[in-house]
Amino acid sequence: MKILVGYKRVVDYNVRIQVKPDGTGVVTDGVKLSANPFDDIALEEALRLREKGVAEEVIVVGIGPADLTAHLRNGLAMGANRAIHIQTAETVSPLTAARTFLKLIEKEQPGLVILGKQAIDDDANQTGQMLAALWDRPQATFASKVEVAGGKATVTREVDAGLETIEADLPAVITTDLRLNEPRFIKLPDIMKAKSKPIDVIELSGLGIDAADHIKTTHYAAPPKRSKGVMVKDAAELVAALKQKGLL
Amino acid sequence: MSKILVIAEHLDGKLNGATARAVSAAIAVKPESIDVIVLSDAPDAIAAEAAKIDGVSKVLTIARAENAHALAAVLAPQIAKAAASYSHVFAPSTTFGKDLAPRVAALLGVSQVSDVMAVEGAHSFKRPIYAGNAIVTVEVDAASPVVATIRTASWPAAASNGSAPVQALSIDVALPSHTRFVNLQQGKSDRPDLQGAPKVVSGGRGVGSKENFDIIYKFADKIGAAVGASRAAVDAGYCPNEMQVGQTGKIIAPELYIAVGISGAIQHLTGIKDAGTIVAINKDGEAPIFEIADIGLVGDLFKLIPELEQALG
Repeated sequence: MKILVGYKRVVDYNVRIQVKPDGTGVVTDGVKLSANPFDDIALEEALRLREKGVAEEVIVVGIGPADLTAHLRNGLAMGANRAIHIQTAETVSPLTAARTFLKLIEKEQPGLVILGKQAIDDDANQTGQMLAALWDRPQATFASKVEVAGGKATVTREVDAGLETIEADLPAVITTDLRLNEPRFIKLPDIMKAKSKPIDVIELSGLGIDAADHIKTTHYAAPPKRSKGVMVKDAAELVAALKQKGLL
Repeated sequence: MSKILVIAEHLDGKLNGATARAVSAAIAVKPESIDVIVLSDAPDAIAAEAAKIDGVSKVLTIARAENAHALAAVLAPQIAKAAASYSHVFAPSTTFGKDLAPRVAALLGVSQVSDVMAVEGAHSFKRPIYAGNAIVTVEVDAASPVVATIRTASWPAAASNGSAPVQALSIDVALPSHTRFVNLQQGKSDRPDLQGAPKVVSGGRGVGSKENFDIIYKFADKIGAAVGASRAAVDAGYCPNEMQVGQTGKIIAPELYIAVGISGAIQHLTGIKDAGTIVAINKDGEAPIFEIADIGLVGDLFKLIPELEQALG
């Protein structure tokens, strides 16, 4: 079985995002970029399934500009067998990303597609669900535990009420939550090995999908700031302050 | 004019309060009508609750055995079909809505507007990106259906004085059997629901252990608060995942939020920005939580919490 893994490059989670003063975007020049943390978890899960003998091949997929190669090499260094780089200079919507994956699925015939539940830049949380819909296959979102056996995946999901377990016939789409696993660190020899692993480059415009975006972002703004608070010196003062506000 | 379909969230035969918040966002669009759709194996009691929500024109029910559990793969084709005569489909941005709405959107051939925090017009919305560190205005093509999830912390629940009619729908669509519910492990708690509670006390890594978390529960019970936690506390196994507050957990807006032993990672602050009053109790006076707290108290939580209880009498 093959596993396709979505591997998006985003602004590193430690970076404090600044909105451009003219409201046309956020500052990304000179800002550190990293793999989307949920995608590292997705790749780790795929690698573990390969190590258990459930899968033979793990393919990382990135959608982005020409310089995405270095990012995909990181995925290969972590252990993916090969990479597919869907090249485009444009930012793609979740629906376009889902349609792109569907094209790759037709060619690669994977048993599983594992994606992060959301990317920490646009926080959309849509691509996996959309892919499953277009593919007409099961989705197991927000996974915190995955077991694959007998042609099906048993997935525990983190939901508002607690932990839900569902069964999904393969092929299926899984999206990862934070507690699914702890991704491994990349070791130096693996970086060397990754240099010889193949990266297929395919132009997005050549896939023949509708990449029109019917949602346009027209303005970016900084969030409203909370005003500076006060410090109290002890428990009694805190209780008095809350009583005064009518909160206790 | 807009016609909005709001997907009702429910569990164990009860309507989830997030539904009435999604209705509030629908009201802000100033539509011609707002219909709520309930998919369940036994929708009647849930529909009766939904019918009371102010602003609702009618409640539609789809009763099918397959709808006993909220499986997106099963619900989405029915909703997509029902959505044909609507301009907008709204769902609460809970794990239920986040799982389901994008699947509906894809079947309708559109992207989704996630986490709507403000309505600027029938096709214009504000939503957070980068864990709420930027707010974007998005415009949806006037010709496309709008599928959106509603950031519940940004909207009050619509009141319950209404009496909308309830109508059963029969939707002729084949449903998949490739996805099956196995079980749901729910934390049993008599405490208020974290997402709707006016007061919340949360514990973080500073609490130190699962056993120590009792001090948080005890204090919360004393003031009638729900209990939350930071990601660090959940990762460390001090408490279950459904208590996590933050970017990838629950986004809440209580009147009073008391953060105990939480340093205040940006991902946590995202989940509490809309709280009325934020109180931080932490032994590190430099902790980032104090930057957004309305009232801060520096000290040892194991000393301060008992003192607080005593001061409350």
